[in-house]
Amino acid sequence: MKLLKPGVRLKSAVCATEIMVIRAPGGEGLLCCGGAEMLALSETAPAQARIDPALAQGSLIGKRYVDAEDRVELLCTKAGEGSLTLDGTALEVKQAKALPSSD
Amino acid sequence: MNLAMLLDMAVDAFGERTALKCAGRELQYRELRTAALAAAAQLRGLSHLALLDTNSLATAVALFGAAYAGVPYVPLNYRLSATELAELLGRIAPAWLIAPRAQRQALALPECIRCSDSEALLAGAAAAAAPAELPAAEDAIAIQLFTSGTTGKPKAALLTHANLMSYILGTVEFAGAGSEEAALLAVPPYHIAGISALLSSTYAGRRLVMLPAFEPAEWVRLALAEHITHAFLVPTMLVRIMDQLAKQGAVRFPALRAIAYGGGRMPRSVIERALEVFAGVDFTNAYGLTETSATVCLLTPEEHRAALAGSDSAARQRLSSVGRPLPGIELEVRDAAGQRLGARQPGLIFVRGAQVGGSYRDSGSLLDAQGWFATQDRGWMDAAGYVFLDGRADDVIVRGGENISPGEIEETLLQHAAVADAVVVAVASEEWGEAVAAAVVLKPGAAATPETLRDFVRARLRSSRVPERIVLRSELPYNEMGKVLRRVVRSELERR
Repeated sequence: MKLLKPGVRLKSAVCATEIMVIRAPGGEGLLCCGGAEMLALSETAPAQARIDPALAQGSLIGKRYVDAEDRVELLCTKAGEGSLTLDGTALEVKQAKALPSSD
Repeated sequence: MNLAMLLDMAVDAFGERTALKCAGRELQYRELRTAALAAAAQLRGLSHLALLDTNSLATAVALFGAAYAGVPYVPLNYRLSATELAELLGRIAPAWLIAPRAQRQALALPECIRCSDSEALLAGAAAAAAPAELPAAEDAIAIQLFTSGTTGKPKAALLTHANLMSYILGTVEFAGAGSEEAALLAVPPYHIAGISALLSSTYAGRRLVMLPAFEPAEWVRLALAEHITHAFLVPTMLVRIMDQLAKQGAVRFPALRAIAYGGGRMPRSVIERALEVFAGVDFTNAYGLTETSATVCLLTPEEHRAALAGSDSAARQRLSSVGRPLPGIELEVRDAAGQRLGARQPGLIFVRGAQVGGSYRDSGSLLDAQGWFATQDRGWMDAAGYVFLDGRADDVIVRGGENISPGEIEETLLQHAAVADAVVVAVASEEWGEAVAAAVVLKPGAAATPETLRDFVRARLRSSRVPERIVLRSELPYNEMGKVLRRVVRSELERR
């Protein structure tokens, strides 16, 4: 398992998705994209890694993803085909209240 | 974390959009990134990237180039003296200094400072981009900025990549701007609002039109010609623009949707006038400090409208509020002993949140053990959590043990028909420790004496508030961002 802490960046093993951790109070958890565990940016994906068709709803750049308890939060920094899951449960897009531009 | 990630994402999602326009030239996000990567390559072996120039496309290249290289970006105030600048530059060597030739020649530059003009940063825009792994050291400094120094000597505030990223990710929606949106940047590169405008517009995908140096007629011309939709102004700029519009006659801004203001106290009379002059435009009050990565409180457009339409005085008073804290910010008002105060009790304002830096180059972190930062601003909160400011803590006059805020005395003096401007400061007093003194500017052709002004204050405020000394001046000293320099007034009055 990868250490999840703010600022950590990971990439999908099976698609173009990249994320950055915004919040992760526990610091642990199995973070997957398209059904495969996410990798450090410097790692090479295993050759046999394939996207799980059941987990291919896609990730959206600039969206924040949170778990059901809103404890863990990720920012998708590069879009891809895989779906993001934490410990086997799908992460949801966080709906943030829009603020007026202040600068 | 690294700020350059914002630009990487922008290039990935909308790289062909126009990022910046200035003086007839423009850059797409893709070109901006290429130029920034080329600048980063030139920073190898150097510890800082300093910029001593007015706004141009190169400002953004410098900000992101320093981020790609993992070195702090140091925008310097071009109004500082040659001696002050040379001292500052000596402390950030070995560095790359971007400055116009004339500016460089006036400086006795320390060794280990490499110099170029801003064109050197733009030359890289046409080259091929080398892919880069972003430097992401924990707590890495992104920006070193000097505070405005209205009450004391300017301090070098440090903001980390994590501080600024927290602010942007918490307040700006990625790609949230429509392709027609354009913001007009009027504050200089060395102001925190200038930095946050570059970062916000990049993340939102909003074209940023840059004014090299603020001038009201040019602001009006650009706002119309570039179909500006969003603008940030400090209160003095807003006043000067409205005076310009009064001279030009009826001007309409059909594209303009939103004006945010901050960076200094907004007089009630000015915002009320602005809401009339710019009817239909959304106004947002943004309160923040250099040390907090810009905005920590917002008074939204809806709250402005509600205050203006309010029937009772409590509702209308909100127009003088800086609004409520951002979702990622905690704010408390405390007394001098550090006890948290309740609604409507004035005290010192403390803030906490990931965007709060609170570190300085010379003194290190000034956050307390729980992460709270003392803003040195005085103020209070109403029962609904709206924050009202009441000047800087350093400006409070302690007269015979009584704390006196200059703000209400200044407001009172300004109500006098003959008074154009007024500032109230403490001067040393044998009898009271500190005494109240004022410098006043009269309106052209108006007449008043220190004695009639003292009578005017005495009729409206407690006797301890009546200035013991009032001097008449032809003008007051302001810095270029429209903040009155109290320390200058104070030392002048104490010398007499």
